[in-house]
Amino acid sequence: MSTAPRHVLVVGASIAGLTAAETLRREGYDGLLTLIGDEPHLPYDRPPLSKQILTGAWEPSRAALRSSDEYDRLGIDVLTARRATALDPGRRTVELDDGERIAYDGLVIATGVRPRRLPTGHGLDGVHVLRTLDDTLRLRDHLLRRPRITVVGAGFTGTEVAAGVRTLGLDTTLICPGPAPLAGRLGPVIGHLVGRLHADHGVRLRTGVGVTSLTGSDGHVTGLELTDGSHVDADAVVVAIGSTPATDWLRGSGLDVTDGVVCDAYCRAAPGIYAAGDVARWHDPRLGTPMRREHRTNAAEQAIAAARNLLGAREPYAPLPYFWTDQYGDRIQAYGICSPGTEPRIVHGSPAEGSFVALYGEDGHVTGALGWNSARQLRTYARQLIQEPVAAAR
Amino acid sequence: MRITLDQDRCCGAGTCVLTAPDVFDQDDDGIAVLLDAQPPAHLAAAVRDAAARCPAAAIRMEAE
Repeated sequence: MSTAPRHVLVVGASIAGLTAAETLRREGYDGLLTLIGDEPHLPYDRPPLSKQILTGAWEPSRAALRSSDEYDRLGIDVLTARRATALDPGRRTVELDDGERIAYDGLVIATGVRPRRLPTGHGLDGVHVLRTLDDTLRLRDHLLRRPRITVVGAGFTGTEVAAGVRTLGLDTTLICPGPAPLAGRLGPVIGHLVGRLHADHGVRLRTGVGVTSLTGSDGHVTGLELTDGSHVDADAVVVAIGSTPATDWLRGSGLDVTDGVVCDAYCRAAPGIYAAGDVARWHDPRLGTPMRREHRTNAAEQAIAAARNLLGAREPYAPLPYFWTDQYGDRIQAYGICSPGTEPRIVHGSPAEGSFVALYGEDGHVTGALGWNSARQLRTYARQLIQEPVAAAR
Repeated sequence: MRITLDQDRCCGAGTCVLTAPDVFDQDDDGIAVLLDAQPPAHLAAAVRDAAARCPAAAIRMEAE
Protein backbone atom coordinates (compact mmCIF):
# COMPACT_ATOMS: atom_id res chain seq x y z
CA MET A 1 0.00 0.00 0.00
CA SER A 2 1.50 3.31 -1.07
CA THR A 3 -0.19 5.45 1.59
CA ALA A 4 -1.25 4.51 5.10
CA PRO A 5 -4.87 3.30 5.27
CA ARG A 6 -7.49 5.48 6.99
CA HIS A 7 -10.35 2.98 7.21
CA VAL A 8 -9.64 -0.69 7.71
CA LEU A 9 -12.61 -3.00 7.51
CA VAL A 10 -12.39 -6.48 9.03
CA VAL A 11 -15.12 -8.84 7.85
CA GLY A 12 -15.62 -11.73 10.24
CA ALA A 13 -15.67 -11.22 14.01
CA SER A 14 -14.24 -14.42 15.39
CA ILE A 15 -10.67 -14.90 16.62
CA ALA A 16 -9.01 -14.11 13.28
CA GLY A 17 -10.99 -10.91 12.77
CA LEU A 18 -10.56 -9.77 16.35
CA THR A 19 -6.82 -10.53 16.35
CA ALA A 20 -6.36 -8.67 13.06
CA ALA A 21 -8.12 -5.61 14.49
CA GLU A 22 -6.14 -5.68 17.73
CA THR A 23 -2.87 -6.18 15.87
CA LEU A 24 -3.55 -3.15 13.69
CA ARG A 25 -3.93 -1.03 16.82
CA ARG A 26 -0.89 -2.64 18.47
CA GLU A 27 1.16 -1.78 15.40
CA GLY A 28 0.14 1.85 15.67
CA TYR A 29 -2.67 2.09 13.13
CA ASP A 30 -4.82 5.00 14.32
CA GLY A 31 -7.41 5.35 11.54
CA LEU A 32 -10.99 4.09 11.53
CA LEU A 33 -11.37 0.41 12.32
CA THR A 34 -14.59 -1.53 11.79
CA LEU A 35 -15.15 -5.18 12.69
CA ILE A 36 -18.23 -6.81 11.17
CA GLY A 37 -19.71 -10.15 12.26
CA ASP A 38 -22.88 -11.95 11.23
CA GLU A 39 -23.55 -13.44 14.66
CA PRO A 40 -25.52 -11.54 17.31
CA HIS A 41 -22.66 -11.84 19.84
CA LEU A 42 -19.45 -9.95 20.42
CA PRO A 43 -16.39 -12.03 19.45
CA TYR A 44 -16.05 -15.25 21.42
CA ASP A 45 -13.69 -18.20 21.35
CA ARG A 46 -14.75 -21.36 19.53
CA PRO A 47 -12.64 -24.20 21.02
CA PRO A 48 -14.63 -24.20 24.30
CA LEU A 49 -17.90 -24.69 22.38
CA SER A 50 -17.43 -28.42 21.75
CA LYS A 51 -15.85 -28.83 25.19
CA GLN A 52 -16.69 -26.73 28.27
CA ILE A 53 -19.74 -24.89 26.88
CA LEU A 54 -21.38 -28.04 25.50
CA THR A 55 -21.01 -29.97 28.73
CA GLY A 56 -22.11 -26.98 30.82
CA ALA A 57 -18.78 -26.81 32.69
CA TRP A 58 -18.59 -23.14 31.64
CA GLU A 59 -21.28 -20.51 31.40
CA PRO A 60 -21.56 -19.28 27.79
CA SER A 61 -20.27 -15.85 28.82
CA ARG A 62 -16.87 -17.39 29.59
CA ALA A 63 -16.29 -17.88 25.87
CA ALA A 64 -16.39 -14.10 25.29
CA LEU A 65 -13.00 -12.77 24.24
CA ARG A 66 -13.33 -9.06 25.19
CA SER A 67 -15.78 -6.86 27.05
CA SER A 68 -17.59 -4.09 25.17
CA ASP A 69 -15.47 -1.55 27.11
CA GLU A 70 -12.31 -2.99 25.59
CA TYR A 71 -13.58 -2.38 22.04
CA ASP A 72 -14.34 1.23 22.98
CA ARG A 73 -10.91 1.64 24.48
CA LEU A 74 -9.22 0.29 21.35
CA GLY A 75 -11.43 2.34 19.06
CA ILE A 76 -12.81 -0.73 17.29
CA ASP A 77 -16.31 -0.23 15.94
CA VAL A 78 -17.95 -3.67 16.21
CA LEU A 79 -21.03 -4.33 14.10
CA THR A 80 -22.76 -7.55 15.17
CA ALA A 81 -25.56 -9.42 13.37
CA ARG A 82 -24.54 -7.81 10.07
CA ARG A 83 -23.53 -9.93 7.13
CA ALA A 84 -21.33 -8.85 4.25
CA THR A 85 -23.02 -9.75 0.97
CA ALA A 86 -20.70 -8.35 -1.70
CA LEU A 87 -17.23 -6.95 -2.29
CA ASP A 88 -16.27 -4.46 -4.99
CA PRO A 89 -12.45 -4.33 -4.97
CA GLY A 90 -12.41 -1.65 -7.71
CA ARG A 91 -14.52 0.82 -5.76
CA ARG A 92 -13.18 -0.55 -2.45
CA THR A 93 -16.59 -1.11 -0.90
CA VAL A 94 -18.25 -3.93 1.01
CA GLU A 95 -22.01 -4.25 0.87
CA LEU A 96 -23.95 -5.47 3.90
CA ASP A 97 -27.21 -7.43 4.10
CA ASP A 98 -29.24 -4.27 4.76
CA GLY A 99 -27.91 -2.67 1.56
CA GLU A 100 -25.42 -0.37 3.30
CA ARG A 101 -22.11 0.06 1.45
CA ILE A 102 -19.00 0.62 3.53
CA ALA A 103 -15.93 2.13 1.91
CA TYR A 104 -12.50 0.87 3.00
CA ASP A 105 -8.93 1.33 1.99
CA GLY A 106 -7.70 -1.78 3.79
CA LEU A 107 -9.72 -4.99 4.07
CA VAL A 108 -9.18 -8.16 6.10
CA ILE A 109 -11.36 -11.12 5.14
CA ALA A 110 -11.88 -13.47 8.09
CA THR A 111 -15.29 -15.00 7.45
CA GLY A 112 -14.24 -18.50 8.47
CA VAL A 113 -16.08 -21.64 7.42
CA ARG A 114 -19.59 -23.04 7.50
CA PRO A 115 -20.39 -26.60 8.57
CA ARG A 116 -21.03 -29.01 5.76
CA ARG A 117 -24.47 -30.61 5.89
CA LEU A 118 -25.97 -33.92 4.81
CA PRO A 119 -27.88 -33.69 1.51
CA THR A 120 -31.20 -34.08 3.37
CA GLY A 121 -32.59 -34.32 6.89
CA HIS A 122 -31.51 -31.00 8.40
CA GLY A 123 -35.11 -29.79 8.42
CA LEU A 124 -35.94 -32.33 11.16
CA ASP A 125 -35.99 -31.22 14.80
CA GLY A 126 -33.14 -32.73 16.74
CA VAL A 127 -30.61 -32.51 13.91
CA HIS A 128 -27.70 -30.25 14.84
CA VAL A 129 -24.50 -28.82 13.49
CA LEU A 130 -21.90 -27.21 15.73
CA ARG A 131 -20.08 -24.10 14.66
CA THR A 132 -21.52 -21.14 16.55
CA LEU A 133 -22.38 -20.37 20.16
CA ASP A 134 -26.07 -20.47 19.26
CA ASP A 135 -25.62 -23.93 17.66
CA THR A 136 -23.97 -25.08 20.89
CA LEU A 137 -26.65 -23.69 23.18
CA ARG A 138 -29.37 -25.28 21.05
CA LEU A 139 -27.63 -28.65 21.32
CA ARG A 140 -27.00 -28.18 25.04
CA ASP A 141 -30.71 -27.45 25.60
CA HIS A 142 -31.54 -30.63 23.75
CA LEU A 143 -29.05 -32.65 25.84
CA LEU A 144 -30.98 -31.69 29.00
CA ARG A 145 -33.78 -33.94 27.69
CA ARG A 146 -31.28 -36.87 27.80
CA PRO A 147 -31.61 -37.96 24.15
CA ARG A 148 -29.97 -40.99 22.60
CA ILE A 149 -27.44 -39.18 20.49
CA THR A 150 -25.57 -40.04 17.31
CA VAL A 151 -22.63 -38.00 16.10
CA VAL A 152 -21.98 -38.24 12.37
CA GLY A 153 -18.33 -37.65 11.49
CA ALA A 154 -15.27 -38.41 13.59
CA GLY A 155 -12.94 -35.48 12.99
CA PHE A 156 -12.01 -33.04 15.74
CA THR A 157 -15.50 -31.62 16.22
CA GLY A 158 -17.25 -34.99 16.02
CA THR A 159 -14.93 -36.74 18.46
CA GLU A 160 -15.01 -33.84 20.96
CA VAL A 161 -18.81 -33.70 20.84
CA ALA A 162 -19.04 -37.48 21.32
CA ALA A 163 -16.65 -37.30 24.27
CA GLY A 164 -18.56 -34.37 25.78
CA VAL A 165 -22.01 -35.93 25.58
CA ARG A 166 -20.73 -39.32 26.72
CA THR A 167 -19.17 -37.61 29.74
CA LEU A 168 -22.69 -36.39 30.55
CA GLY A 169 -23.75 -40.05 30.62
CA LEU A 170 -25.81 -40.00 27.43
CA ASP A 171 -26.26 -43.00 25.14
CA THR A 172 -23.78 -42.07 22.39
CA THR A 173 -23.04 -43.48 18.95
CA LEU A 174 -20.20 -42.18 16.80
CA ILE A 175 -20.41 -42.77 13.06
CA CYS A 176 -16.99 -42.79 11.47
CA PRO A 177 -16.81 -43.18 7.67
CA GLY A 178 -13.06 -43.90 7.83
CA PRO A 179 -11.22 -46.78 9.52
CA ALA A 180 -10.91 -44.93 12.85
CA PRO A 181 -11.70 -41.56 14.44
CA LEU A 182 -9.28 -38.79 13.41
CA ALA A 183 -7.54 -41.26 11.06
CA GLY A 184 -8.01 -38.82 8.20
CA ARG A 185 -6.03 -36.24 10.15
CA LEU A 186 -3.52 -38.26 12.18
CA GLY A 187 -3.38 -41.64 10.45
CA PRO A 188 -4.73 -45.06 11.42
CA VAL A 189 -2.31 -45.78 14.29
CA ILE A 190 -3.33 -42.76 16.37
CA GLY A 191 -6.87 -43.09 15.03
CA HIS A 192 -7.27 -46.57 16.49
CA LEU A 193 -6.08 -45.31 19.88
CA VAL A 194 -8.67 -42.53 19.74
CA GLY A 195 -11.27 -45.12 18.79
CA ARG A 196 -10.31 -47.31 21.73
CA LEU A 197 -10.52 -44.30 24.06
CA HIS A 198 -14.10 -43.69 22.95
CA ALA A 199 -15.04 -47.36 23.13
CA ASP A 200 -13.53 -47.65 26.62
CA HIS A 201 -15.79 -44.81 27.73
CA GLY A 202 -18.87 -46.55 26.37
CA VAL A 203 -19.35 -44.85 23.01
CA ARG A 204 -20.79 -47.16 20.37
CA LEU A 205 -18.29 -46.68 17.57
CA ARG A 206 -19.32 -47.55 14.02
CA THR A 207 -16.38 -47.36 11.63
CA GLY A 208 -16.29 -47.69 7.86
CA VAL A 209 -19.93 -46.68 7.43
CA GLY A 210 -21.64 -43.55 6.20
CA VAL A 211 -25.15 -42.19 6.46
CA THR A 212 -27.66 -42.87 3.71
CA SER A 213 -30.52 -40.89 5.20
CA LEU A 214 -32.09 -39.64 8.41
CA THR A 215 -35.47 -40.95 9.49
CA GLY A 216 -38.09 -38.87 11.21
CA SER A 217 -41.56 -38.88 12.66
CA ASP A 218 -43.78 -35.83 13.22
CA GLY A 219 -40.93 -33.60 12.11
CA HIS A 220 -38.48 -34.98 14.68
CA VAL A 221 -35.48 -37.14 13.90
CA THR A 222 -35.83 -40.79 14.96
CA GLY A 223 -32.67 -42.34 13.58
CA LEU A 224 -30.24 -42.92 10.75
CA GLU A 225 -30.02 -45.38 7.88
CA LEU A 226 -26.41 -46.38 7.32
CA THR A 227 -24.60 -47.43 4.15
CA ASP A 228 -24.24 -51.03 5.38
CA GLY A 229 -28.03 -51.32 5.52
CA SER A 230 -28.28 -51.04 9.29
CA HIS A 231 -30.36 -48.55 11.28
CA VAL A 232 -29.45 -46.58 14.41
CA ASP A 233 -32.15 -45.12 16.64
CA ALA A 234 -31.46 -41.57 17.76
CA ASP A 235 -33.35 -38.68 19.33
CA ALA A 236 -30.57 -36.23 18.52
CA VAL A 237 -28.08 -36.21 15.64
CA VAL A 238 -25.02 -34.00 15.42
CA VAL A 239 -23.64 -33.67 11.91
CA ALA A 240 -19.90 -32.94 12.02
CA ILE A 241 -18.70 -33.81 8.53
CA GLY A 242 -16.32 -30.93 7.91
CA SER A 243 -16.81 -27.44 6.65
CA THR A 244 -16.50 -25.20 3.63
CA PRO A 245 -15.01 -21.68 3.42
CA ALA A 246 -17.60 -18.91 3.83
CA THR A 247 -16.87 -17.16 0.54
CA ASP A 248 -20.35 -16.98 -1.07
CA TRP A 249 -20.37 -13.23 -0.53
CA LEU A 250 -17.19 -12.89 -2.62
CA ARG A 251 -18.73 -14.42 -5.73
CA GLY A 252 -18.45 -11.86 -8.52
CA SER A 253 -15.75 -9.89 -6.70
CA GLY A 254 -13.01 -11.15 -9.00
CA LEU A 255 -11.09 -12.72 -6.10
CA ASP A 256 -10.04 -16.34 -6.55
CA VAL A 257 -12.11 -18.29 -4.01
CA THR A 258 -11.19 -21.84 -5.03
CA ASP A 259 -11.46 -23.57 -1.62
CA GLY A 260 -10.90 -20.38 0.34
CA VAL A 261 -9.63 -16.89 -0.39
CA VAL A 262 -6.46 -17.51 -2.39
CA CYS A 263 -3.55 -15.41 -1.09
CA ASP A 264 0.18 -15.07 -1.61
CA ALA A 265 2.77 -15.85 1.08
CA TYR A 266 1.94 -12.49 2.72
CA CYS A 267 -1.76 -13.40 3.14
CA ARG A 268 -2.58 -10.84 0.43
CA ALA A 269 -5.47 -11.66 -1.92
CA ALA A 270 -5.44 -8.41 -3.93
CA PRO A 271 -4.12 -4.86 -3.44
CA GLY A 272 -5.28 -3.72 0.02
CA ILE A 273 -7.10 -7.04 0.64
CA TYR A 274 -5.78 -9.65 3.06
CA ALA A 275 -7.29 -12.86 4.46
CA ALA A 276 -6.73 -14.79 7.67
CA GLY A 277 -8.02 -17.82 9.53
CA ASP A 278 -10.08 -20.78 8.32
CA VAL A 279 -11.14 -18.96 5.14
CA ALA A 280 -7.63 -18.13 3.89
CA ARG A 281 -5.73 -20.30 1.42
CA TRP A 282 -2.28 -18.82 1.41
CA HIS A 283 1.00 -19.90 -0.15
CA ASP A 284 2.79 -21.53 2.79
CA PRO A 285 6.53 -20.91 2.35
CA ARG A 286 7.33 -23.64 4.88
CA LEU A 287 5.68 -26.24 2.65
CA GLY A 288 6.02 -24.44 -0.68
CA THR A 289 2.38 -25.06 -1.47
CA PRO A 290 -1.03 -23.41 -1.06
CA MET A 291 -2.52 -24.30 2.32
CA ARG A 292 -5.71 -23.69 4.27
CA ARG A 293 -5.84 -24.57 7.96
CA GLU A 294 -8.84 -24.76 10.27
CA HIS A 295 -7.02 -24.54 13.59
CA ARG A 296 -7.47 -22.01 16.36
CA THR A 297 -3.73 -21.30 16.53
CA ASN A 298 -3.53 -20.56 12.84
CA ALA A 299 -6.45 -18.13 13.02
CA ALA A 300 -4.65 -15.88 15.52
CA GLU A 301 -1.17 -16.17 14.05
CA GLN A 302 -2.30 -15.63 10.49
CA ALA A 303 -4.35 -12.61 11.56
CA ILE A 304 -1.24 -11.08 13.14
CA ALA A 305 0.70 -11.66 9.92
CA ALA A 306 -2.09 -10.34 7.67
CA ALA A 307 -2.56 -7.19 9.78
CA ARG A 308 1.16 -6.46 9.88
CA ASN A 309 1.47 -6.97 6.13
CA LEU A 310 -1.53 -4.75 5.49
CA LEU A 311 0.46 -2.02 7.23
CA GLY A 312 3.46 -2.73 5.03
CA ALA A 313 5.61 -5.22 6.97
CA ARG A 314 6.12 -7.63 4.03
CA GLU A 315 6.77 -10.71 6.15
CA PRO A 316 5.92 -14.11 4.66
CA TYR A 317 3.63 -16.17 6.86
CA ALA A 318 5.40 -19.46 7.65
CA PRO A 319 3.87 -20.87 10.82
CA LEU A 320 4.60 -24.08 12.66
CA PRO A 321 1.14 -25.63 12.91
CA TYR A 322 -0.17 -26.50 16.37
CA PHE A 323 -3.44 -28.03 17.46
CA TRP A 324 -4.82 -29.80 20.46
CA THR A 325 -7.89 -31.75 21.44
CA ASP A 326 -9.22 -32.70 24.87
CA GLN A 327 -11.26 -35.88 25.17
CA TYR A 328 -12.24 -37.58 28.46
CA GLY A 329 -9.47 -35.74 30.27
CA ASP A 330 -6.83 -36.95 27.83
CA ARG A 331 -5.00 -34.21 25.96
CA ILE A 332 -3.62 -34.77 22.46
CA GLN A 333 -1.34 -32.05 21.10
CA ALA A 334 0.57 -31.84 17.86
CA TYR A 335 3.13 -29.53 16.32
CA GLY A 336 4.10 -29.48 12.67
CA ILE A 337 2.78 -31.70 9.90
CA CYS A 338 1.37 -35.03 11.08
CA SER A 339 0.67 -36.53 7.69
CA PRO A 340 -1.97 -39.29 7.96
CA GLY A 341 -0.18 -41.25 5.22
CA THR A 342 3.00 -41.76 7.23
CA GLU A 343 3.46 -44.15 10.15
CA PRO A 344 4.34 -42.29 13.34
CA ARG A 345 7.27 -43.56 15.41
CA ILE A 346 6.82 -43.66 19.18
CA VAL A 347 9.89 -42.16 20.83
CA HIS A 348 8.72 -41.71 24.40
CA GLY A 349 6.26 -43.57 26.64
CA SER A 350 3.69 -45.95 25.16
CA PRO A 351 -0.01 -46.11 24.36
CA ALA A 352 -0.37 -48.73 27.14
CA GLU A 353 0.84 -46.13 29.67
CA GLY A 354 -1.64 -43.61 28.26
CA SER A 355 1.19 -41.21 27.62
CA PHE A 356 3.53 -41.03 24.65
CA VAL A 357 5.20 -38.88 22.02
CA ALA A 358 5.08 -39.94 18.37
CA LEU A 359 7.07 -38.41 15.54
CA TYR A 360 5.85 -38.12 11.96
CA GLY A 361 8.11 -37.82 8.94
CA GLU A 362 9.66 -39.46 5.97
CA ASP A 363 13.21 -40.56 5.16
CA GLY A 364 14.43 -39.74 8.66
CA HIS A 365 13.20 -36.14 8.34
CA VAL A 366 10.83 -35.26 11.21
CA THR A 367 7.88 -33.11 10.09
CA GLY A 368 5.56 -33.33 13.08
CA ALA A 369 5.36 -34.41 16.72
CA LEU A 370 2.28 -35.60 18.54
CA GLY A 371 2.00 -35.89 22.30
CA TRP A 372 -0.68 -37.86 24.13
CA ASN A 373 -0.74 -36.63 27.73
CA SER A 374 2.92 -35.70 27.24
CA ALA A 375 3.15 -31.93 27.16
CA ARG A 376 6.52 -31.72 28.84
CA GLN A 377 8.25 -34.31 26.63
CA LEU A 378 6.62 -32.86 23.53
CA ARG A 379 8.13 -29.45 24.15
CA THR A 380 11.66 -30.58 23.23
CA TYR A 381 10.45 -31.80 19.83
CA ALA A 382 8.41 -28.65 19.26
CA ARG A 383 11.51 -26.53 19.73
CA GLN A 384 13.41 -28.65 17.21
CA LEU A 385 10.60 -28.31 14.67
CA ILE A 386 10.52 -24.53 15.09
CA GLN A 387 14.19 -24.39 14.19
CA GLU A 388 13.60 -26.26 10.91
CA PRO A 389 14.64 -24.07 7.99
CA VAL A 390 11.88 -22.27 6.14
CA ALA A 391 12.00 -22.26 2.34
CA ALA A 392 12.27 -18.84 0.73
CA ALA A 393 8.97 -17.05 0.18
CA ARG A 394 7.57 -16.89 -3.31
CA MET B 1 1.16 -3.56 33.12
CA ARG B 2 -0.49 -6.33 35.09
CA ILE B 3 -0.92 -9.82 33.64
CA THR B 4 -3.47 -12.44 34.56
CA LEU B 5 -3.24 -16.03 33.44
CA ASP B 6 -6.29 -18.30 33.50
CA GLN B 7 -4.76 -21.77 33.95
CA ASP B 8 -8.18 -23.37 33.56
CA ARG B 9 -8.23 -22.13 29.95
CA CYS B 10 -4.62 -23.04 29.16
CA CYS B 11 -4.25 -25.73 26.47
CA GLY B 12 -0.53 -26.24 27.04
CA ALA B 13 0.64 -25.04 23.64
CA GLY B 14 3.66 -23.35 25.18
CA THR B 15 3.38 -20.39 22.80
CA CYS B 16 3.80 -17.96 25.71
CA VAL B 17 7.01 -19.62 26.88
CA LEU B 18 8.49 -19.37 23.41
CA THR B 19 7.36 -15.75 23.00
CA ALA B 20 8.08 -14.33 26.47
CA PRO B 21 10.32 -16.80 28.37
CA ASP B 22 11.08 -14.28 31.13
CA VAL B 23 7.42 -14.05 32.04
CA PHE B 24 5.97 -17.52 31.42
CA ASP B 25 6.95 -21.10 32.12
CA GLN B 26 5.12 -24.43 31.89
CA ASP B 27 4.56 -27.07 34.55
CA ASP B 28 4.97 -30.82 33.94
CA ASP B 29 1.47 -31.04 32.45
CA GLY B 30 2.30 -28.25 30.04
CA ILE B 31 0.08 -25.77 31.86
CA ALA B 32 1.45 -22.24 31.72
CA VAL B 33 2.82 -20.68 34.88
CA LEU B 34 3.15 -16.94 35.39
CA LEU B 35 6.66 -16.04 36.59
CA ASP B 36 6.09 -12.31 36.83
CA ALA B 37 2.62 -10.73 37.00
CA GLN B 38 4.05 -7.21 36.70
CA PRO B 39 6.96 -7.50 34.29
CA PRO B 40 9.17 -4.52 33.44
CA ALA B 41 8.14 -2.24 30.59
CA HIS B 42 10.70 -3.56 28.12
CA LEU B 43 8.89 -6.94 28.13
CA ALA B 44 5.48 -5.44 27.37
CA ALA B 45 5.66 -6.01 23.61
CA ALA B 46 6.63 -9.68 24.04
CA VAL B 47 3.83 -10.24 26.56
CA ARG B 48 1.27 -8.58 24.28
CA ASP B 49 2.46 -10.84 21.49
CA ALA B 50 2.15 -13.90 23.74
CA ALA B 51 -1.39 -12.87 24.70
CA ALA B 52 -2.39 -12.40 21.06
CA ARG B 53 -0.89 -15.75 20.01
CA CYS B 54 -2.19 -17.81 22.95
CA PRO B 55 -4.53 -20.34 21.31
CA ALA B 56 -6.65 -20.57 24.46
CA ALA B 57 -7.06 -16.83 25.08
CA ALA B 58 -5.75 -17.49 28.60
CA ILE B 59 -3.56 -14.39 28.98
CA ARG B 60 -5.05 -10.99 29.75
CA MET B 61 -3.22 -7.71 30.21
CA GLU B 62 -4.28 -4.60 31.99
CA ALA B 63 -2.44 -1.31 31.75
CA GLU B 64 -1.98 0.38 35.09
